[in-house]
Amino acid sequence: MQLIYFAWVKERIGKSEEVLHLPDHVGTVAELLDYLSGINEIYAHALSNRAMLRVAVNQTHVGLDHAVKDTDEIAIFPPVTGG
Amino acid sequence: MATVLVQEADFDIGAEIAALRAGRTDIGAIVSFTGTVRDLDGGLKAMTLEHYPGMTEAELARIATEAEARWPLQGCRIIHRFGRLLPGDQIVLVITLSAHRQAAFEAADFLMDFLKSKAPFWKKEETEGGAEWVAAKDSDTDALDRWP
Repeated sequence: MQLIYFAWVKERIGKSEEVLHLPDHVGTVAELLDYLSGINEIYAHALSNRAMLRVAVNQTHVGLDHAVKDTDEIAIFPPVTGG
Repeated sequence: MATVLVQEADFDIGAEIAALRAGRTDIGAIVSFTGTVRDLDGGLKAMTLEHYPGMTEAELARIATEAEARWPLQGCRIIHRFGRLLPGDQIVLVITLSAHRQAAFEAADFLMDFLKSKAPFWKKEETEGGAEWVAAKDSDTDALDRWP
């Protein structure tokens, strides 16, 4: 899967995007956030405040129970502040 | 048909309205909203807008399509800038055209409410003390309840 990070999520993880293989046991956005948080302390810190995270799958806003696949483009970011 | 632009460059409100009106006599109401970089206490040096290329355009187009489904619009244009902007600079422009003012006013209001909660932009403010990401306001999300 293609992962993309924005704003302070990007700064805390230290990269704007990366390609990771989606493990078989990860089927939803919530499970993906759990999996990423387990990579190391940097990810755990960046993704610790779930209430302040939003996710888009294939450029569409989704909820925590949305399904994810290894072919997806998945973006993780804070609540938007445009306008 | 709505048009959406996401760009670094500034925009000219008069030119945009003139282009939407050109050759038409069926329009009775034109509403425009312009959002600008605000510096209330003189401490803001700049504001940088980050966005999600591709999704930004798609999300703005989705919002515009929804507005066109709700109101009888004869034209609609959304321009949103990204990059480093200075206090007083223009950030966003929404223009709606309709035969009657109520549709144009309401559609512009709706577009800005949804843009603020859905369009993937993030503002970072630079002050003397450093740079900080702007926190989202609950009131922006609550505003969506105005449009059931």
